[in-house]
Amino acid sequence: MSILGTRVVRAEDPRLLTVGGTYVDDLREPALVGAAHATFVRSPVAHARISSIDVQDAREAPGVVAVFTGRDLDISPSPPAPMVTAAMARPALATDVVRYVGEAVAVVITDERYQGEDAAELVMVDYDPLPAVVSGEDAVRGETLLFPEAGTNVAWTGGAEQLDEHLFDDCEVVVTQVIDNQRLAPAPLEVRSAACAWSDDQGQVTLWLSTQGAQAARDELQRQLGLEEGQLRVVAPDVGGGFGAKIAADPETAALCAASRRLGRPLRWVESRSENMIAMTHGRAQHQTVTIGGRRDGTVLAYRIEVLQDSGAYPRESSWLLPILTMNMASGVYAIPKVETAARSIVTNTTPLSAYRGAGRPEATAAIERAMDLFASEIGMDPAEVRRRNFVAPDAFPFQTPSGITYDSGEYAKALDTVLEAAGYPDLQEEQRRRRERGDPLQLGFGLSAYVEITAPDNAVGETGRVEVGADGSVTVYTGSSAHGQGHATAFAMLASDELGIPMDRIKVLHGDTAKIPKGAGTYGSRSLQLGGSAVHEASVEVVKRARHLAAELLEADEGDIVLDRDAGRWHVKGAPATAVSWGELAQQAEGDGGLAADSDFSEERPTFPFGVHLAVVEVDVETGAVRLVRFVSVDDAGRVVNPVLTEGQRHGGIAQGAAQALLEHMVYDADGNPQTGNLADYAFITAAELPSFELLPMETATPLNPLGVKGIGEAGTIGSTPAVQNAVVNAITHLGVRHVDMPATAQRVWAAINEAKER
Amino acid sequence: MIPAPFAYRRAGSVDEALSLLAEHGDEAKVLAGGHSLLPLMKLRLAVPEVVVDVGRLQDLSYVRDEGDAIAVGALTRHRDLETSDLLAREAPLLSHAAGFVGDPQVRHRGTLGGSLVHGDPASDLPAVVLAMGGTLVARGPRGSREIPAADFFQSLFETAMEPDELLTEVRIPKPQSRGWGFEKFNQRAIDWATVGVAVSGDQRPAIALVNMGGTPLRATAAEQALADGGSVADAAALAADGTEPPSDLSASADYRRHLARVLVRRAVEDARGRA
Repeated sequence: MSILGTRVVRAEDPRLLTVGGTYVDDLREPALVGAAHATFVRSPVAHARISSIDVQDAREAPGVVAVFTGRDLDISPSPPAPMVTAAMARPALATDVVRYVGEAVAVVITDERYQGEDAAELVMVDYDPLPAVVSGEDAVRGETLLFPEAGTNVAWTGGAEQLDEHLFDDCEVVVTQVIDNQRLAPAPLEVRSAACAWSDDQGQVTLWLSTQGAQAARDELQRQLGLEEGQLRVVAPDVGGGFGAKIAADPETAALCAASRRLGRPLRWVESRSENMIAMTHGRAQHQTVTIGGRRDGTVLAYRIEVLQDSGAYPRESSWLLPILTMNMASGVYAIPKVETAARSIVTNTTPLSAYRGAGRPEATAAIERAMDLFASEIGMDPAEVRRRNFVAPDAFPFQTPSGITYDSGEYAKALDTVLEAAGYPDLQEEQRRRRERGDPLQLGFGLSAYVEITAPDNAVGETGRVEVGADGSVTVYTGSSAHGQGHATAFAMLASDELGIPMDRIKVLHGDTAKIPKGAGTYGSRSLQLGGSAVHEASVEVVKRARHLAAELLEADEGDIVLDRDAGRWHVKGAPATAVSWGELAQQAEGDGGLAADSDFSEERPTFPFGVHLAVVEVDVETGAVRLVRFVSVDDAGRVVNPVLTEGQRHGGIAQGAAQALLEHMVYDADGNPQTGNLADYAFITAAELPSFELLPMETATPLNPLGVKGIGEAGTIGSTPAVQNAVVNAITHLGVRHVDMPATAQRVWAAINEAKER
Repeated sequence: MIPAPFAYRRAGSVDEALSLLAEHGDEAKVLAGGHSLLPLMKLRLAVPEVVVDVGRLQDLSYVRDEGDAIAVGALTRHRDLETSDLLAREAPLLSHAAGFVGDPQVRHRGTLGGSLVHGDPASDLPAVVLAMGGTLVARGPRGSREIPAADFFQSLFETAMEPDELLTEVRIPKPQSRGWGFEKFNQRAIDWATVGVAVSGDQRPAIALVNMGGTPLRATAAEQALADGGSVADAAALAADGTEPPSDLSASADYRRHLARVLVRRAVEDARGRA
């Protein structure tokens, strides 16, 4: 019987829950003995010319080994995104101009970590203030330019160049809404950290980095540091979360490596939580204008989304990837005849933006799902019914959207019906009616979100896998994918075990070391299982094929008569199980011939499109505006499930993170570009006390695009839950005349929305 | 996130703590549970030269029945207040409110005395002690003195404590009536109150407000209206009178005034329901 699809507990957990993981700060490698500590001096102002940096006092402070500014270290600037002007490149350490609060201007190296905190305060930077560009309107107006040489604050534009003024001509009803998809801080449990050590002759450098992709970090850093290919080895030890913000190597890491080379001493950098909140990239930050139109019978005929993407001070992937993903996924699960998208990315004097759990897709889903509710409300139809009428039909797959994307498979109405049934939708409607009738201060609201998302959007990049059988019959799996909480060691061992018939405890999964796995893409875009997992699966199949050949030789039989007994993990001739050879014997046999191993580099013909329906139930205290999430029901169909324990874990985390955006989290700046929520007391991440138990319903619609039939699940929860919760809040108070509440729907905002509606 | 350099002195007795405070005066800060002081030090918003740790003075951790009052040692942890049978019986408002301070970790470390002397108007227990008419006992080189809660909180983070004094005890008179109410309004369970209300008594209750100004405040206009026999709704409408609440990210002053009115109504209704 196949192990796939069964509830295998996580192989990682006994270690993580007892002795704990080994993160960068825990490393005690011989090469790091005597490592000094790096502390970055960060700009306290949003926009200023640096007129001087005086490091003399800092150099003389206790324990200081060195102080470096950008001019001291030879680091090539980080190029902006490929489609953005080179004038917007980012120096590793700011030399002439600082462009956001938190930008690094110098690095202090000390014997002990605490000494760095004291010495950093002694670096005197003379800032000549420039006007700060914070709002999207200011950026577009362009009175102050972040990069005068670029001549504009607009980093990138995409989609329709001219809006079609006839887009909504056939519509009986047209609704427009301006939506703020607010800026969030990723705030992983483990902050950014790195440690680096050069060989004595400085020919080789090893960098231990908290990253989602060691190979990509290696390539980028080799370029920035002017190293030859193969000079830099990047190792990812245990990584405590990333959510997209640890995909690339950050400028601090390049500075760390350069400083270490200058000093001939290993260095370690572990940022503080306060630094993490303002200096790690942020996510979301889209200002959207959505317009939806259709007929009073519930048919949606046209949809438009205009996106203003805040890229922060330096445009990275954020500036084009996020709005492109938003535009690609604009029409969601609906067959809408006319869809128009347009996007602009701007630079502002704020922390740079990058991927954050969903990266452009949650923004697309939030927009269309709010639009569907607004449309439903306008025509007085039940939001579930409006959705059902516009779904892409199950027989329409593969389905090409107006954005030019091809969805692989889907069963949207089935997902909706499953959720409505489990939630007891008519009972919810009845309860809401009763509470409204009696004017209960605690009103009930329920919100739907039907989503489809794109996973492995860079399908062609693929992922590597290698499966090696050792002479003792144990297995080593190498993957270019990189685990930071997802459970690769469990899932990938299951895949190998299933093919080889070797128990999981004899299978070791290695990742995140460029010396052992030179080629790999890493973990992002919900790609790991479908690409990395498929590569491991394919390599396992190939190993079985080679083993069969070897077994035929050893047992002197035709390959066609050789049987792998997967329960026993042994090979024998059909009908003669008494004479069998083990995996170890076959591996020994293959030793002179490159070993019993196989490589795979798996890519998909197209990305896959998981989908689902979420239903959130909230209670809103209409006297105070307080919102309480009381129920959450979801279907998240990510194709075939390899291990329900892992997919449920991803759904739990994702739903919680989405609910957090809908209700609580917001990275706020004042008009001068000062972050107002720079620590975890002010930045309101969500806790278990704010969440109900989630009701997760199973559903599996396999994809034809990979041999496992799997799609991604890492980001789906966040994508689906955010608008479900937001819609539920609005739904609870529509009878009071409220039409829309921006996220986060804090108590004060809800209270204000109710008051405004009363006054209208 | 690393404090500025400081000297650490651990007091083995109240007398030793007092002599350390006498020695270092203004430059010293008293460390009890550390849940207010240490975060401020880590952010370098507080930079004391000397930290006098009184956290191990076990003899200042107690809840005692003293006839018409309950005596609570200043170093009694929130968790011990929350789970005290004596308080649950004789001063349930205090034990109930203690269960809403921070999160379980904070409640196992933070102390009643620390919360009071910190003088943060957003903290729950100062308002509770104020509503209950508590008396704070401070010891210093000149001996002990008793300070009514009404005189204790002077302005934002300022109390009647002298730098050479240590708070040793809080005396809570046993309430005359059975009614009490407590409302804490916050975004998340672990947050400080956006606004809070502590009500002690039922027909003529004392009402204290959390985070409606620089100190915990009595809602005197609302109290007077109730004492005069006014309806709960009418009295609650006066709850924010005379207050100057802060405006910050979590709430504007106007919203806080509104919350105070709603929460006072609910807390008084609860108090009367319990009576």
